[in-house]
Order: sequence, then structure tokens, then C-alpha cells
Amino acid sequence: MKNVSAVSVPKVSWSGTTAFLGSTWRNTAAIFWKEFKTYFTSPMAYIIAGVFLAITGYLFVQSISTTFPEASIRGWLEPSTTVFVLWSPALTMRLLAEEQKLGTLELLMTSPIRDYEIVLGKFFAVLAILLATLSLTMFYTLMLFWFGDPDIGPVVSGYLGVILFGASTLAVGMLASSLTSNQVVAAVVSFGFLLLMVLTDQAADITTGLSAQILEGFSLSGHFDDFSRGIIDSNNIVYYFSVIATFLFLTIRNIESRRWR
Amino acid sequence: MAETMIEVKDLTKFYGDHLAVDNISFEVKKGEVVGFLGPNGSGKTTTMRILTGYIPPSTGSASIAGFDTMTGSLDARRHIGYLPETVPLYMDMTVEDYLRFLGTIRGMRKDHLKRRIDTAIERVKLGDYRKSFISKLSKGYRQRTGLAQAILHEPDVLILDEPTVGIDPIQVVETRALIKELGKEQTLLLSTHILPEVAATCDRVIIINEGIIVAEDTPENLAVRLRGTEQVQADIRGPNAEVIKAIREIPGVTSARHIEIATGSRYNIESSAGNDIREAIAAMVVNNSWGLLQLSIVPMSLEEIFLELTGGEEHGGA
Repeated sequence: MKNVSAVSVPKVSWSGTTAFLGSTWRNTAAIFWKEFKTYFTSPMAYIIAGVFLAITGYLFVQSISTTFPEASIRGWLEPSTTVFVLWSPALTMRLLAEEQKLGTLELLMTSPIRDYEIVLGKFFAVLAILLATLSLTMFYTLMLFWFGDPDIGPVVSGYLGVILFGASTLAVGMLASSLTSNQVVAAVVSFGFLLLMVLTDQAADITTGLSAQILEGFSLSGHFDDFSRGIIDSNNIVYYFSVIATFLFLTIRNIESRRWR
Repeated sequence: MAETMIEVKDLTKFYGDHLAVDNISFEVKKGEVVGFLGPNGSGKTTTMRILTGYIPPSTGSASIAGFDTMTGSLDARRHIGYLPETVPLYMDMTVEDYLRFLGTIRGMRKDHLKRRIDTAIERVKLGDYRKSFISKLSKGYRQRTGLAQAILHEPDVLILDEPTVGIDPIQVVETRALIKELGKEQTLLLSTHILPEVAATCDRVIIINEGIIVAEDTPENLAVRLRGTEQVQADIRGPNAEVIKAIREIPGVTSARHIEIATGSRYNIESSAGNDIREAIAAMVVNNSWGLLQLSIVPMSLEEIFLELTGGEEHGGA
């Protein structure tokens, strides 16, 4: 007895489009600020940033403590992507799971706000936390410039890569958080998924031919190597953007599905 | 003729195989206060969730201020203030921040929003707590915060799901007064499972049971329709057999039953419609020099009302 109701076709007019963009911008910004501030009303943001800095700091010290240290950020950047597998779920787990638990998702969804505005606002909020945390790691880079003479290219591409990598893991975490009202479940699901997406790279190493290519093509870490070497390949950029877009799209659809289930 | 603000047409909702709402239709005109009365699980919340665009109907349609809740969802939602059954609150926000956030996503401009926050906080009497974190508020004040949120943007239609559940009696009285006041300006649909609540606040009552509308009328008319029998409870000290006999002799009494309770003897007495037999009982007790400890009318429970309205048989249990 279920019917699929007609989908409304938005009427397009120029004044309508500007008004549309204006309200979308305002709504997304409202969600963004609410989410961003929430991280700072609890010790959450500080703990999360602190843990990230502690681990990358250790990796940085280790990478320059060799006999012939190299003045590059590669030494800590590459292993730090693995940190995201645990770090991102901790950051994203509450985003939608908590709204479902508190019943506030019902409030948001019955407010005149579009579902993708909710998802995008929240995504940009965690992305901002990620960028803020990463900006603190610039300290390591400054030290390299102070004591050594690193190439600027790999530093820039490395940071670009780590931002794209991190953003992808956040998008995966968001989908997991939209699937359940239990934050722990959300964290475990996204952790498992991310681990899988990172491990496909190693699986690719033990296979050959087409299967190796496919596994490598899907691997989150496989697309990162070029960035840390100082190569910005559009292929890799497209890959990360696809991952982000796909998982955000699935999150939006999952939230939306309440409206037609 | 006032315009129709809420229109529900042949609405049916299935959750999987479970039929939650079964082909209901009703209208609410502008300025009306309508009570949606039914026991838990009768389909009240489901209907309200469909009206607010949170879930879709299986078949049929619902519209708010002329906008279909499915095809014109965003426009319909602009006209609604909604308080769900579990008050949706962000615990780590202050009352003021919470209202500001919700005002913003409802498209309110800054200075207008500021004025409206003041008004809403004043109306629900939250003045002392506007800068408190919601997690620190008592249940009653949380309920008020939820109500403030619903009236914040002066919506044309207010939908309140069980607005007085779980708060203390004084606050219940205050909330009812506020609802009555709001009803003067706004179209209001509120759900409840408490009969006196609709009598106290509503122009019209829609009674729903197991997904079906069983009655729709003014509270006064319903009260008349329901007055099939009156039930009186009396605690009388005296010889049981004689008391029962004397009660049955009172004109209008249709049945009398005796039960033993901790404090003595209790009599459940039924009489035919429109007969208030309390005075007659009191006089009878005095004439026999027995002791009258308690005498009261037993209000009809919601379950009894449904039986009465649906003409159903009592299927045991409470």
C-alpha cells in the first residue's frame, strides 16, 4: 500500500534563483555555526585537536631524529593519514546520531530547511575543525624552514593531500553517523569502513594485474602517495572529491529517506 | 467563512504491515483550537508527523495553509510551529542560543528575531532562564523552551503533541492558560490523552482510536452525548446488606455493587442518564444514621468513552 508521491519540480526564475541561493547559504551557515560552536562548548574540540597534535608531533620528531634527517614533512604526513582512521570517527560520530537520539532531527526536518543544507552545514563544521587542527601542525613546517631548507612544493601538495584525505574520512564518518542514533555504533561503523578503505592498498600489494589496479583505485591511502611526493595529479584530486561527494550524497539520501519510507 | 488551515483527506499510514492511521479526514479552520484526543498509540503522533512533513502518508493527503505537505513541503513547513512529543532540545545550548538558531533557520532577520525571542521567552515565562543551559533546566522549563520554539516565528498553524505530559500540576495549569491565549490568535491543533484538557482549552475535539476518528464535536456536545450513565462512588459506614438495599431503593439507581476497601466499605453505584443521585444518597445515609465518609462522581475514563462512542463491548482488563 505504499505509493511514491510526485516529486515537485522547482520553478526556475532569476529572482527565484538568487533568493534560493541566499536562503541556502543562510541555512547552511546557521547549521555550520551551531555545529562549530558545539565542539567548543565541550572539551571535545580541544581533546580531539590535542590528540592529533600529540601523535603527529611524535611522528615529526621521529622523522627528523634519524642519522641523516630529511627536511620534509613527508616523514610525519604519511603515517598521520592512518591517524584519521581513528580520529575522524571520533569527530563525526555525534553529528547526526545525536540529533536522532535527542529528537532534534525531527525539529530540523520540520523546519523550512532543506535536507542537504543540514548535511552540508555539518560537514563544513567538522572540516573547519580539521583545518584548524592542521593549521596548528604548521608549527612543524616552520621549524623545518627555520633549521633546514625544505622544498616548498611537497609541503604545499602534502597539505593539500592531507586535507583531501581528511575530508574524505569525515564524509565517510558522516554517513555512518546518519545510519544510527547510537554514537558508539556510528564510530565503530566508520572506523571499520575507513580501515577497509585504507587496507585495500595493502591488499593491492599482494595481488597483481587487474585486481590490483581496482583495489588500488579504491584505496584512500593509495591516492595519497603522489601528494606526499610533491605531485598534484588531477586523477587523485578527482578521486577524493568523488569520495566526498558520494558519501555526502548517500548521507543526504539517507536523511531524506524518512520522507518517503 | 474562515479559510481552511489544516486539511487532511483520506489519510492512511502503514508502518510495514501495521496500520497506524486508517483513512481519516478532517479540517481545521483559521483561528480554531482543535483537540486531538486519543489513547497512546491511537495514531495522533503519526498524523501530526505527516502534517509537519516529517513522514509521508501511505495514501491520501494533508495540507497546511493550502500547501501539500509532500509536494509543497518547504512552503507548508514555513507556516508551522511544532512541538513534538519528546521535546527536541540541544542540551549544550542556552535557551537564548537555541531560539536564535531555530529562528535563523526559519529565515528570520536579526532584529526581528531578537524581538521575537524576547516575546517568546516572556510568553512562556522563561525570563530568569534565558541564559541557562538547557541541560540544567527542569522538565517543566524544558517543556516551556520547546513551546517558545514553536511560537517563535508566529506561525499560522501551531501543532502541539502532548504539550502537558510530564510536567507538574501548576505548570499544567499555566500551559493550558497559555494555549488558550495562543488559540485566540492562531490555528492550533493539540493532541492529548487527557479528557479535561480538551474541555479546558479546545473549541472542537477530534477523538481518534486505533487510527480511526470515532467522534468529532464540541466538548460540550460530546459531554452530552456521553452522559449515558452516571457513576457514583460512596464510602458508607453501616451494615452492608441494609446499605445496598437502601441504595437500590433510590429512584434512578440502576445498579449498586459493594466492595471492601482498606478503610471500610465502598459502593459503586450507577444511575440512569442525567440523574445526579448524590443528594439522595446523602439524605438516605443521614436518615439511617449511618456514616458517609466519601461521595463522588467517577469521571469517565478515556477507555470507557471509546467504548461508549464505538458501542464496543468491554473486553476485560483495565
